[in-house]
This record gives sequence, structure tokens and C-alpha cells, in this order.
Amino acid sequence: MDLNLTAEETRLRDELRAWLAANMPKDWSDWREKPLEVSFPYLRAWQRKLQDGGWAAVSWPKEYGGRSASLMEQAIFWEEMARADAPPMANSLGLGLIGPTIIAHGTEAQKKRFIPKILSAEEIWCQGFSEPNAGSDLAGLQMDARLDGDHYIVNGQKVWTSYGWIADWCELVVRTDPAVAKHKGLTVLLVDMKSPGVDVRPLRQMTGESEFNEVFLRDVRVPAANFLGRVNDGWNVAISTLMHERGAYGARLHLLFKRNMDRLIELAHTVQRNGAAAASDPLIRQKLAQCYAEVEIMRLNQMRAFSRITSTGTPGPEGSILKIFWSELNQRVQQVAQELLGPYGQLLAADSRAVDHGIWSYGYLRSRGNTIEAGTSEIQRNIIGHFVLGLPRSY
Amino acid sequence: MEFGLNDSQQLLRDNARKFFAAECPMALVRKLLETDTAHDAALWSKMAEQGFTGIVSPEEYDGAGLGKVELILLMEEAGRALLPGPFFSTVVLAGSVLNSLGSAEQKKKYLTPICRGEARATVAMLESTANWDPTAAQVSVAIGKLTGEKLFVPDAAAADYIIVVARNGVYITGAKAPGIQIAPMSGMDLTRKLYTVRFDGTPVEKLGELAGLSPALDLATAALAAELVGGMQRTLDITVEYAKTRKQFGKPIGIFQAVQHQCADMYLETESSRSAAYYAAWTLEVDAPDSAAAVSIAKMYASDAARTVGNRGIQVHGGMGFTWENDLHLYYRRAKSTETMLGDATFHRERLARLVIDSAARSAKSA
Repeated sequence: MDLNLTAEETRLRDELRAWLAANMPKDWSDWREKPLEVSFPYLRAWQRKLQDGGWAAVSWPKEYGGRSASLMEQAIFWEEMARADAPPMANSLGLGLIGPTIIAHGTEAQKKRFIPKILSAEEIWCQGFSEPNAGSDLAGLQMDARLDGDHYIVNGQKVWTSYGWIADWCELVVRTDPAVAKHKGLTVLLVDMKSPGVDVRPLRQMTGESEFNEVFLRDVRVPAANFLGRVNDGWNVAISTLMHERGAYGARLHLLFKRNMDRLIELAHTVQRNGAAAASDPLIRQKLAQCYAEVEIMRLNQMRAFSRITSTGTPGPEGSILKIFWSELNQRVQQVAQELLGPYGQLLAADSRAVDHGIWSYGYLRSRGNTIEAGTSEIQRNIIGHFVLGLPRSY
Repeated sequence: MEFGLNDSQQLLRDNARKFFAAECPMALVRKLLETDTAHDAALWSKMAEQGFTGIVSPEEYDGAGLGKVELILLMEEAGRALLPGPFFSTVVLAGSVLNSLGSAEQKKKYLTPICRGEARATVAMLESTANWDPTAAQVSVAIGKLTGEKLFVPDAAAADYIIVVARNGVYITGAKAPGIQIAPMSGMDLTRKLYTVRFDGTPVEKLGELAGLSPALDLATAALAAELVGGMQRTLDITVEYAKTRKQFGKPIGIFQAVQHQCADMYLETESSRSAAYYAAWTLEVDAPDSAAAVSIAKMYASDAARTVGNRGIQVHGGMGFTWENDLHLYYRRAKSTETMLGDATFHRERLARLVIDSAARSAKSA
């Protein structure tokens, strides 16, 4: 047990810090509030800059333009990016989820064709997994793909597709064999989003914005060679994508939570409660201390998980507690923020009296999605019950 | 950065687990809880042979000289076994106070017999105000004599020495010194007995100042968090086993999500408590700047988690969980006692607030 950075980890951190100090765009604050459609070229340019510095995909193997970084090093990377308040990368799904899946399951030709353009943000990727009738029960998805000569003809609907509106390509999970058990008839296709018959519509969420899309496919022709991995083995390919969803990226989340926490403590000294600073109110102190402790435990759980994955080689189902922990913690923190701010907490960004440009009213609403996206809390608890504790499968 | 156990730490943990499974089975725990002190001399000498009684004490006092992470692992296993008797009071609490405050001569006199397994000791902190802040002590020593009453003193009747936190310093005396009266308090936990200790002109020897207590109390507090982790793990294991075998509606109850999710939450709370306890031990080992905060975080989280893990475990057991025969209530009782000892979650949240909320105001002003 040694929670200090190793010499190598320190070197990586210092190198990145120096690079960020020299290369962080100075005008990010002018852009961050703008809608993604407006800022997207800016984020593409930022990703290209990171790529030039060798920082776009630190987790990828060196031969594909990464740094073969260990999980701890990836955690350091995301933490430093968050610390520097660096802009997000344009192709975050391509870099974080889909690129690694193509590297693991793709043919040499596919790697050569797709990987460089993921890195350079020339081609943006999205993920076509969830459907209106396949959420938690993902393997029950119905998007139909039939072989017609040297093409698949694809029909159906995807939902909750991030970046659908801008994506050039999609990692699409389709049903290629409706006759077999549901996990067994799936295939992953790499689909050009410019293909005729692809219709992308915004999905307005409870915060009022549209982070996600609905994607409709009608008789879309996909070259038969564009499957990833093996035909009818799409479930395993999709699972390997989902495993990346729970990687070192959590280190970035931790730093965002930590920053929220620091800000709440700061606010507690200025916000009044019963005629005195809220920071002197015993109940507020208790609640802030509890949140502070849990944000720290989130970090410790992550570090223990990274160490375990490093020694065992594979991320296990134990990772589900990380997802439950951060998502439910954020909801608790957002509620404490509301209690601290009182009637000001509800004010939206548009109101000049909103605290911190409305991040707390937004965060409160947005946090409801945390326990649903990337596997609901209920599914995560099922995973722990069955795969970690060995209880019988409930469904 | 590495947050796993090294080989020797794993070995120590595995050996301790085997030792307690063989030497301190539930049958013995149940036998000891019916006794006055819950102390078993035979078990104690076996623990001494293992080096447990001197685990963190220096080798010059016949200790094993191991680190704080090792102590935490041993406490976790002791908690899993629900080890009855004065191990915590003697080795962790009194041992740490002697280690941090005692002179070389005092360590030789008091610590060496503890390490050898020849003596037991405890620390008397609380008074009727039940304030865990050592500076709240009211009893005081005048001309080498102590008068006053201490409450909630763990394992006092099994102790050979009693360390007393007084207004004007930390003192030690023999448990049979003149003017001492020890009487049992009837606490919920039957495996670690509590006592009142009354002093009437009792001669005492000074160990040191109150200001020097915090490292010892921090280590003891982290050790209690680890003990809670062990108890939670055992509660979880027993509960999962039950959920796999108990049948209702023709199926093992563990197939139902309402039951599975209780177990999943027990797992989450246990693992999170473990992360916090291990980290606290490590910060104490390397004297990290955030050690006080880390200790409070570990104790507050584990104190609350042990209670909810116990609640869930008993609930999953249904009627069986409410019987005397089932072991869960023994862990549940210990968890309540440990929850309050050296400060409950509310106490440690306030301590953390002083460290992280009030310091933010200070740094804002100085900026």
C-alpha cells in the first residue's frame, strides 16, 4: 500500500502539467457556455492539439498513437485535465469507448481505416445501443439487420444517442439472427451516419437541453464487411465497449465533485442561514462534512478498484459499486447544495440572481439522470447481487 | 500509486483470520459473553504467542514493530471474529497512548508486559458529560493523587493498569491501587464490557500532556473503524449465505431483487468503509497531512455503515434475524458500542467540519 505517486507517475503528471500550462487555450471561458453546435469546431481543434502533444488517447497502445498508460496513469491524466479545467475532447466516445473496442475486435483494415481519424477528430463517433424497448434489458434490442447480397439492410430505432447529430460513424448493435436466444443473435456494425435512411432527431431531456438524440434507420444499406468482431457475437463486443465506460474516466468525475464540494464550502461562508453564515449552522456543517467524506471515499474506492484491476488484469463486476456510489452521491450533494442556497437554488442560468450562473439548479435536475445512464442503480445492484455475491439470477 | 496489500500484509491477514477461526469460534464468543469480563486467559496467551499483543510496539519493548496498516488488518480480523475481551483496550488504546506519551522507562515498565501478554490495560476517558474531546476532562490530579469518576471505561475489570485522561495531563495507575473502585455498566455489547471507575485519592504517575494524545487516539479511532469493517464483512457473509439457502415461495430468497439489493448495499457500504479505514491507516503510517481528516472520515462512515449493514442483515434474515440464537445481533450490539466509542459519526463530522470548513474560512481571509 503506497498512495504516493511513483517516480514514473510523477513524471507523467509533471509532463502533462507543463504541456497544459503551455497549451491550454486562453479563451475557453468564452466558449464553454455556448451550445455544443457552436463550440464543436473549437473542441475538434483542441483534440487535435492534444493529439499533437500525444495526449488524446493515453490509454491506447503506443502503436495506435496512445501511451499505453496504466489505469493509475489514466486517472492522473483525467485528474490533471480536470484540475486545469481543460475543455472536453470533441470525439470523447470515439476515444474512450469505440476506439478501444475497434482496437480489441477490429480487423487490421478496420483499424487502419478508422483509428487515425478517431484520434484526429476528423470522424466523430456515436454509440447505437439503447432502443425504446431495450434499456436495462439491452440484449432484447430489436433493430433488424438482414443480409441482402453484400449489404445488410437495417431498420429500427435507437435512443439516448450522444453526439448523434454530429457523428460521422456509429457503433451500432443490431439483431442479425432473430431465431436464436436473444444474446446470441446480435452483431455490431460500423455504420456511416451519412448513409441514406439515417434520420437523427434531438431528444429533449428534463433539463431542457438535448444532450442526446433519437436515431431512426429506414432501409439503411451497410456493407456486409462492416461488422466488428464476429457476426452474431455482438453481445461480447458491446460488453467490451461498456466495460470501458467504467474506466479511469471516473477520476475526472471525482475532481469535478471535489470542485463542487470546495465551492459549496466557500458558499457556506457567504450564504446566510438564520441570520448567520451557513458555515456556522450545525446542521449544514454535518451535511457538508458528510458530502466531503463521501467525495473522498469515492476517490478511495476508485483507487482500490484500479489497484485490483491492475493486479488481476480485468475490470470485474465489483466496479458496479463505483457507479452506484458516484451517481447517488452526486444526487445527495446536489440536494445539500439546494438546502444551502435556499430559494436561490432554483434559479436558472437565465436569472441574473442565479448563484454561479445556475450550475446548481442545472446540477440538481441533471443528477437525476446519473442513476439511470450507463446502467441504472437497479441493474448495478443486480450485477453485485449475482456476479459478486453469487446470489441466484433474478431474471 | 498502489492501494492493495503487499504479500506480507496479505499473509498477516490470512494468518490472523485462520487463527481467530480456530481459536475464537462463535461457541467461545458465546461462552465468554456470559462471563464477567469476557476475557479468556488461554486465548490471550495464544494471541501473545502470535505477536498480536505487541503488533505495533517497538521491538525494544518486545513488540513486533509492525506498521499501522498491519494493525488495521489485525483489527479487521478481530472484528470479523467478534473477538471478546480487552484486546482493543490493551493493545490499541492503552498501547498507543503508552507508545506516544510514555518515557523510555515507562514503556519498559508498562508496555513491555503488554507486548509479552503478561498485562492488560485500558484508558479511562469519559466522564458524566460523555464528551470525547480529551480537553473536556474534569477530573484532576493534585500532589500526585487523583479523585473523581470515569464512565464507559472498556475492560477495566480485566486491566492491570488504568490510564486516566485528566484535566492536567495523562496519568497511569495500577488497577488495584488504593482508592480505586471498579463497577460494571450494563452495556448492549456483551463482548467488550464497560465499567465505571471511581478514584479517591489514588496515587498516579504522569505519562504526559493532553496535547500529545491525538496520534494515539487517531490510531485507536482508525482501528475501531477497521474492527467495524470486519464485523460488517461477517454480517454480509452470513446474510448472503442465508439468502442462498433459505427458501420461500419454493425459491431461495436471494433470487428476489428486494433481497439482492439489500445485500448489494451491504457490500457497497462494507467496501467503502474498508477503503476509508485502510486509507486512514496509511495516512497515519506515513504521517500524511490529511491524517486527522482521513481518520474522522473512516470512523464516521464506518460507524453509520455498520449500523445500516446490521439493519439490512437482520431484515434479510426475517424472523430468524430477531432470535437470540442467530449471531447477527452480537455483531449489531458490538457495532453500536464501537459506533459511539471515541466519537460517533456526528462527532467526527463536526471534527471534519472544523478541519475542512473552518480552515477554508481561514485561508480565504489570509488570501
